Amino acid sequence: MSLYVDEYPEEAKVIKATFLVSFVALGIGAFFGLIQGLHRTGFVRILPSTDYYTILTGHGVLLALVFTIFYLLGLFTWAVTRSLESPLPNIKLTWAWFGLTTTGATFAAIAIVAGLFPSLDMSADVLYTFYAPLQAHPLFYVGLAMFIIGTWMAGADWFLAFRKWRSEHPDERIPLQTFMVLTTMVMWYLSTLGVAISVVFFFIPWSLGFIDTINPLLTRTLFWYFGHPVVYFWLMPAYLLWYTVLPKLSGGRLFSDPLARVVFVLFLLLSTPVGIHHQYLDPGIAEGFKFIAMTNTMFLLLPSLLTAFTVVASMEHGARQRGGKGYLRWLGVLPWRDPAFTGMALAGLMFAAGGFSGMINAGMNINYLVHNTLWVPGHFHLTVGTAVALTMMAGAYWLVPQLTGRRLYSRPIGLFQVVTWFVGMVLMSNAMHRAGLLGIPRRTAEPQYQSFDFTATIGSVAELRAQIAIGAALLFLSVVLFLFNILLSSIEDPIEMPVDGRIPAPLSGASGSPVVLDNLKLWTAIAAILVILAYVIPLASIIRDAGLFGRTVAVPVLIDGFNLLLGVIA
Amino acid sequence: MEIHEYEKFWLAASLLLIVGIIATVTYGAVGVGVSMIDDKGGTIDPKAVDQHPKFGNPGVYKTGANEYDVYVVAKQFVYQPGTNEPIVVPANSTLTFHVTSADVIHGFEVVGTNANTMVIPGQIATFTVEVSGPREYGILCNEYCGAGHHGMEGTLKVVPEDEFNATAGGA
Repeated sequence: MSLYVDEYPEEAKVIKATFLVSFVALGIGAFFGLIQGLHRTGFVRILPSTDYYTILTGHGVLLALVFTIFYLLGLFTWAVTRSLESPLPNIKLTWAWFGLTTTGATFAAIAIVAGLFPSLDMSADVLYTFYAPLQAHPLFYVGLAMFIIGTWMAGADWFLAFRKWRSEHPDERIPLQTFMVLTTMVMWYLSTLGVAISVVFFFIPWSLGFIDTINPLLTRTLFWYFGHPVVYFWLMPAYLLWYTVLPKLSGGRLFSDPLARVVFVLFLLLSTPVGIHHQYLDPGIAEGFKFIAMTNTMFLLLPSLLTAFTVVASMEHGARQRGGKGYLRWLGVLPWRDPAFTGMALAGLMFAAGGFSGMINAGMNINYLVHNTLWVPGHFHLTVGTAVALTMMAGAYWLVPQLTGRRLYSRPIGLFQVVTWFVGMVLMSNAMHRAGLLGIPRRTAEPQYQSFDFTATIGSVAELRAQIAIGAALLFLSVVLFLFNILLSSIEDPIEMPVDGRIPAPLSGASGSPVVLDNLKLWTAIAAILVILAYVIPLASIIRDAGLFGRTVAVPVLIDGFNLLLGVIA
Repeated sequence: MEIHEYEKFWLAASLLLIVGIIATVTYGAVGVGVSMIDDKGGTIDPKAVDQHPKFGNPGVYKTGANEYDVYVVAKQFVYQPGTNEPIVVPANSTLTFHVTSADVIHGFEVVGTNANTMVIPGQIATFTVEVSGPREYGILCNEYCGAGHHGMEGTLKVVPEDEFNATAGGA
């Protein structure tokens, strides 16, 4: 038995590089989050409210796209090489996609942060959703395009590794981790088509002045065509860790390999034809299409509910291997002192809560009450902000030593860090959900208005603000502790075996499951058909109504907008 | 393929939950009559909103006994009417809102109610609500629309029937 870094030294270097980009983005994004949490609650204000949106855009892009996806690029590289027991076929290709994604992400970040310096005449405070006709600097869109193409190349790298493996192992089942990576990437190829078309064919030419007008509903629909599946692109690395690493950390093994495959196939099929559920309140889309998106969305609960079962069953199995007894007493013997385990377990718990608030969002009539209120960020700070982010941080405590050959600097600090994240998120997201029910909007620098107040039925608005501010402070503290812990780990002295990197075989293996589960071509074809059924008619209708390029002219952010604001106040 | 006993039970319960949720939403739409914002409002040239017969002079138009059309134009960072003067409607009436944007994407949320829609340039959002006794509501923009987004608000005033005057040109 040897460590990952000893077996795959070249891949370990790439993974360390992706994690470095990921964690730098995490640090900056979390700092922006702290500024926002304190600003909109009115506790500490270091910027004018007009700059709040630059910080908000940075927070969204750096955390939701850069932190999560760079972590995924590293994790998937680890998972493919580890489970195929073979290095990547062409390490130059690997470094090429790393270079392209990193350059793209840097370009987008420069365009955003430049918005804080008016003399630079560059800005991109169009938020993570970049809805037209608000217009960002071309560098922002070019950066996004490079980033997406880089992820496509990474997928190609993993598929090539798989093809090589398949030629050498024609009759074997696809190893589970590779199966998870490949199904996730097929989903990603299908779903990024929307945003790629939007950026390459509309936004880049439009921001460079080659076309004058844009169809806002079309580009918005193309954004959400990608904007919901991207959620699963964040979530799948967390699921990969829950299915393959968490059971081991619990002291046991995965409960069921076949069900894990079914879950990933369901995500591939159902996660793309649902984006219209972000557009329940959009004019210009018929009710029937919204209903179809809702039905798909609700069935998408199934793979997550199955995951909840399998993950808890695997943890229980682990606990019983460690001598756990009773209906619930087994919970006590789980390795709660291990930050990697505790972080993932708490993340899973929060995901259950986030799943329930997601069901509310997805119910298209109840959605009227919560649409675009603080309820929504309350929801996704539980899902991506905790289920994904906390799982990734916890996973790093177990993965980074395998990549560096050095032990984790401090397990107690790690444990304190994951618990701080949990507590901070309980306060912040609970308050956000409740504030949303009062009608307090999301994405606004000043949630106080001149001519009306929000009335709380339980507690008070002041108490909700305090919870959000305290939560934001705890979350930032947690990120700082995480980054220092990882940083100090990287300067520890190398040791023989800092962590046990083995993953035991599942309790029910793949051999008992139908071979059709491994037929990626079939699942890709069905997924594509579902996308066509859900999207072709609504897109055709949007284009027929307002034209491919629409009639709406660009509105540059900040400069003109700010003058207009002054006009309104005067 | 081996599926464990408890797993089967969980699978069945999950499917029941999913079908149950879809059933409640369907009942809401078919039984209670909660309809979605959809494409019935039609489209408009966002550069020529002021030439539209109603959006050119936005306000409250009487369309029948206790029935009114309310035309609102949203633009950075005001509602017309709503911001500089309140939207005034009579008590105990049925209001059909028609909202459009002259520039970017906005939101239109009557605070504390389920009257809530996206306002997309080129599209007209249409929805119908009922108001009862006199009361004042806040309106806010809940979709980021530029640097002054947080200042975009308005008021909806429900007044007694005898205090109400429809917008000139109304039926």
